[in-house]
Amino acid sequence: MKQIFNGCVSGLALVAATALPLCAADMPTELGAGEGIVSIVAWPGYIERGETEAAFDWVTKFEEATSCKVEVKTANTSDEMVALMNEGGFDLVTASGDASLRLIAGKRVQPINTDLIPSWARVDDRLKDAPWHTVKGTHYGTPFMWGPNVLMYNTEVFPEAPTSWDVVFKEMTLPDSESNSGRVQAYDGPIYIADAAMYLMAHQPELGITSPYELNEDQYAAALDVLRAQRKLVSRYWHDAFIQIDDFKNEGMVASSSWPFMVNLLKADSVPVASTIPSEGATGWADTLMLHADSEHPNCAYQFMEHSLNSNLQSDLSVWFGAVPSVPEACTDGSGMQTEAGCSENGLDDFDRIKFWRTPVSSCESQGSCVPYYRWVSDYIGVIGGR
Amino acid sequence: MRPNASQPAIFAPRSGPLARKVDWVIRHPRMFVFLMVLPITLWLGIVYIGALIALLIQSFFSIDEFSGVVVREFTFKTYGELLRPYNLDIILRTVAMAAAVTVVAAMLAFPIAYFAARYAKGKWKALFYIGVMLPLWSSYLVKVYAWKLVLAKEGILTWIFAKLHLTWALDGVLSIPVIGGNSLSVSYMGTFLVFLYIWLPYMIIPVQASLERVPGALLEAASDLGATPRQSFRMVLFPLALPGIIAGSIFTFSLTLGDYIVPQIVGNSRLFIGQAVYTQQGTAGNIPLAAAFTVVPIVVMGIYLWGARKMGAFDAL
Repeated sequence: MKQIFNGCVSGLALVAATALPLCAADMPTELGAGEGIVSIVAWPGYIERGETEAAFDWVTKFEEATSCKVEVKTANTSDEMVALMNEGGFDLVTASGDASLRLIAGKRVQPINTDLIPSWARVDDRLKDAPWHTVKGTHYGTPFMWGPNVLMYNTEVFPEAPTSWDVVFKEMTLPDSESNSGRVQAYDGPIYIADAAMYLMAHQPELGITSPYELNEDQYAAALDVLRAQRKLVSRYWHDAFIQIDDFKNEGMVASSSWPFMVNLLKADSVPVASTIPSEGATGWADTLMLHADSEHPNCAYQFMEHSLNSNLQSDLSVWFGAVPSVPEACTDGSGMQTEAGCSENGLDDFDRIKFWRTPVSSCESQGSCVPYYRWVSDYIGVIGGR
Repeated sequence: MRPNASQPAIFAPRSGPLARKVDWVIRHPRMFVFLMVLPITLWLGIVYIGALIALLIQSFFSIDEFSGVVVREFTFKTYGELLRPYNLDIILRTVAMAAAVTVVAAMLAFPIAYFAARYAKGKWKALFYIGVMLPLWSSYLVKVYAWKLVLAKEGILTWIFAKLHLTWALDGVLSIPVIGGNSLSVSYMGTFLVFLYIWLPYMIIPVQASLERVPGALLEAASDLGATPRQSFRMVLFPLALPGIIAGSIFTFSLTLGDYIVPQIVGNSRLFIGQAVYTQQGTAGNIPLAAAFTVVPIVVMGIYLWGARKMGAFDAL
């Protein structure tokens, strides 16, 4: 820390005024020796050291190379991550788009100096300036992993991939000439309202929805109506990945929004499923490795950010989690188990069709005043409750 | 043994600071009791009551509708929110489920407990205890997931019904509106069955304990005086076993009121109070509403215990 401070002071002396905003934001300009520890708040399964499966290990080599010991605190929801970061005592967090901007606004994370991360150049160009970690041109982290919320379907019922989310939103007769009622699922989280809004963007353009996360009262009401109609078709909403897997095996489910994670696990179990991104597009998630504002081990943290972009991590983690690497080369360079086919399977080529998760806020860019997340939660409870 | 007059009745004070303090405490029995009770009082006061009070206070705050920030000012707004139709649904749904589970658990537990208390002897009694307690030793989650598989549309229960050519009966039951559904595992009936299974031991044990204490002679006297079995059950056995049934029902009722895992795994995704608390505080950050929701089971249990007392359920305690 002292070294960084010194670097900042000398930087100040050299380039007096222009460097001021950068130093005021506490951004290091050179790295010192590692502090011996880096503690990370992460999604379960994100930081593996070969203890769950020996083949999946992207921590041991980092620890050997840098003598920074990795400590992990897993969190199950974005809100838990924000709470842990508010509490402090951590260096890094793998924040999703519905948490990252909250962390930046709350000043819990600091800007990062991409010059100190040699592999920044390897990051997918489409992610370098993504709005969920870049505010006014300042980067608040390195892209970690991303993935779409795909439409999973049973290949015996659908000989050809469904081309529209219709199959989960509207009552219809499926190719096996039975109704879809009771055979489709939806995600049991308020953010799913965005899926309905995205569906309306294509089917009711007169509503004028430009972003499924920025809805005014009318657009919001229309999205809820879509979901109310869907409630009649859905016997159970999915919440836990493994319950959905079980429902596709034993409950006769044939179509649902899902993650590549479940699709891969079901395929591995020879259940006849496949996934697609229908014509309306899909929602998705993109996680960013962010540095805590009061990080006590910034040197180790920077080293880990570099490691996350330039090692087997991107490749192996994308296989493990069914996600897409933020470094496109990881699909092909053989640094881990991922392959080109695996990457496109997980959604690499569909980036532009994905509406990435954001937290709906009341003051929104596109139309001034939007329905905030707080109401999404209570209204989605109402919809599932049959109201 | 005659006390020896040459020995002093009280030992001379010992030396050393610790020994002197110990002597002092022993000579002041009230102080001794105070020190004994202090830790448990602190535990109850701070950890238990303190947490409850903190919760109550939270429920009188509200959330700012626009920023989603908790406003720390006294208001009844959050309780007003609790009365909105979709929240009221959650409360009624949970209370109805808890009541149904309790009533059926009592009806199932009584004959089992009666057999164990009256007829089971020796190793059969041991077998009874193991049989009732065994499910409690395995993981709660494993049991619930196992039930999900049993009740699934393509699960073992459906298969058995099909083999017995009784699929029509299962379909008939599932087509009942409200409690039916696409399969047992996605209907209220499935949730009910799993709750019943999970909490049944908590009903059997107290009922069995209370039946053990009913003197057999009373039942014999009743029949000697000409009571039919039905009458002696209604006028002798049942009133004497009531405290046990009430004790068991407190368990089954309150445990069902608070559970948030069973309805998430087996059921039709409609929320129960426990899940509402979890969602409101975890996902929505609406801690006041979550706190208000937790007050509901407290109030319901309060009314329940008050009613039980009025019925004289605690007279025998």
